[in-house]
Amino acid sequence: MHSQSVIDALEEKALAIRKGILEIMAGGKRGHLGGSMSIVDIVAALYFHQMRHDPQNPFWEDRDRFVLSKGHSVLAQYVALAELGYFPREELRNVKKLGCILQGHPDRIKVPGIEASTGSLGQGLSIACGVALGAKIMRKNFRVYAVVGDGESNEGMIWEAAIFATHYKLDNLTAFTDQNKLMASGQTIIDSLAPKWRAFGWEVIEIDGHSMGEILGALDRAADIKGRPTMIVCQTVKGCGISFAENISSFHHCALTQEQYEKALKDLEDKRKVD
Amino acid sequence: MQTAYGETLAEIGEDPRVVVLDADLSHSNKTNIFARKFPTRFFEAGIAEANMIGVAAGLSTVGLIPFVHTFAVFATGRVYDQIRVSVCYQNLNVKIVGTSAGLSDSHDGATHQSLEDIALMRALPNMVVVVPCDATEARKAARALYRSGGPAYLRLNRMPIPLVWESENECQFEIGKALKVREGCDVGVVASGYPVGLAAKAADGIAKEGISVEVLDVHTIKPIDRESILKMAKKTGAVLTVEEHSVIGGLGSAVSEVVGETIPVPIERIGVQDKFGESALDYGELLEAHGITVRNIIAAIQKVSERKKR
Repeated sequence: MHSQSVIDALEEKALAIRKGILEIMAGGKRGHLGGSMSIVDIVAALYFHQMRHDPQNPFWEDRDRFVLSKGHSVLAQYVALAELGYFPREELRNVKKLGCILQGHPDRIKVPGIEASTGSLGQGLSIACGVALGAKIMRKNFRVYAVVGDGESNEGMIWEAAIFATHYKLDNLTAFTDQNKLMASGQTIIDSLAPKWRAFGWEVIEIDGHSMGEILGALDRAADIKGRPTMIVCQTVKGCGISFAENISSFHHCALTQEQYEKALKDLEDKRKVD
Repeated sequence: MQTAYGETLAEIGEDPRVVVLDADLSHSNKTNIFARKFPTRFFEAGIAEANMIGVAAGLSTVGLIPFVHTFAVFATGRVYDQIRVSVCYQNLNVKIVGTSAGLSDSHDGATHQSLEDIALMRALPNMVVVVPCDATEARKAARALYRSGGPAYLRLNRMPIPLVWESENECQFEIGKALKVREGCDVGVVASGYPVGLAAKAADGIAKEGISVEVLDVHTIKPIDRESILKMAKKTGAVLTVEEHSVIGGLGSAVSEVVGETIPVPIERIGVQDKFGESALDYGELLEAHGITVRNIIAAIQKVSERKKR
């Protein structure tokens, strides 16, 4: 169990990330709002609590690695990295501008703190498997974290990686499924993800992906699992925190009107008051 | 050629950073030599090539040097997007080795024959593409790629083919530098892979008729050795390309681009004419069916030489 003060502090970080995502989308800039909002709490828990990493030394070889397999949700990661000082916060204003380091999808070469260039769905989990296997070959103790989308889980490559990770006993790999139940064009056409991962030999933990306490508890459990990788299947809400966007697939990739933008900020402020 | 490669891989494996992956073809690919010597650094990926490429990308990010193997047709087309994004876009030190390339897996037919792989790999930024012409060159190429950083595609022929280079000393291999196999002044032949040996034979054969043919072994399709090719085109004024690949997008295209942009001279291209392969019990017979023969090379040399005169 984690103290309420730890959880409160992380929830505060999550709120800051949600606001940061909105700020990036200010002025009608289009972005992957829905899926970015649904992974915010996971991202906050990893970067501000769980992972050993050093923003001053992004290539520290013993750092834990985070691979965002559902690369389109990178806005959440950009805000976290900026908050941590991996690059100047002002850079967030330039997302997707020609010449900016912050591309529409994660770019490992351009951005300090990004561990894998993803965006073509299905590939990130295999990269994470390679990093985790590499850690074992090099006898390194760092851990590898990955976030996979439920829509992304239609990709066959995800299940190739699932088989590989089990066979090679990659217990230094912890993945999350962001099960927000929506893809770009509506409901996902995949369900029963937890039984699938169990059948593939993974340790499976099912949680509410917006409960900081549950995320931290699942990460603690995963760290103790030996001999197999862990999948934390997270029930999430696409667009979480933005009342009018929650569970609406059209906010997968969208621009906000000024009115929507202000409403969204107010929603986040209200959420803070309730909490 | 694949045995020579497999033996060389096992030598390179003395470096503990080298890791080898194979997709259930280690016997055919001769990666089993490495696997026996370094079992803890050999990883069977199963018949899951896409994941194998992604895993290799991940392995390279921690400083390991992964060599991944499967038949050329699967090592490229089947996993094109994985190579494009996870390997080339990230500019990672992953060596992709495509075996049983071209028509060399004659028995298995079109599904297993790679006639578009060079075109695919050549189009990718950061990618180096190497096609050795014999066992000697395959050894040298494997070592050179091991020493070089970044993504690379090495294309290997499955069949025992005659040596062009009798010894490693004779084969002064350097990535991106074409090697002169025959010196001549009337027609220049640019070849890669098994056809280099065929081109040399053709050059020897046609010398009797008084046509002096230069033969270049362009083992590196990308980056292409513009300088050597242009020098030869300027000297001979007529160019023939020969490859065991589609004439679309491979060596013939690369040479046409270089020559056409700079000093346009008549060009003929021998290769597979926008077709799929097919099964044949005999490799030579299959090559003949697709016009990749000494006789055809001689005919094309005569043709391009005539075109020059017009």
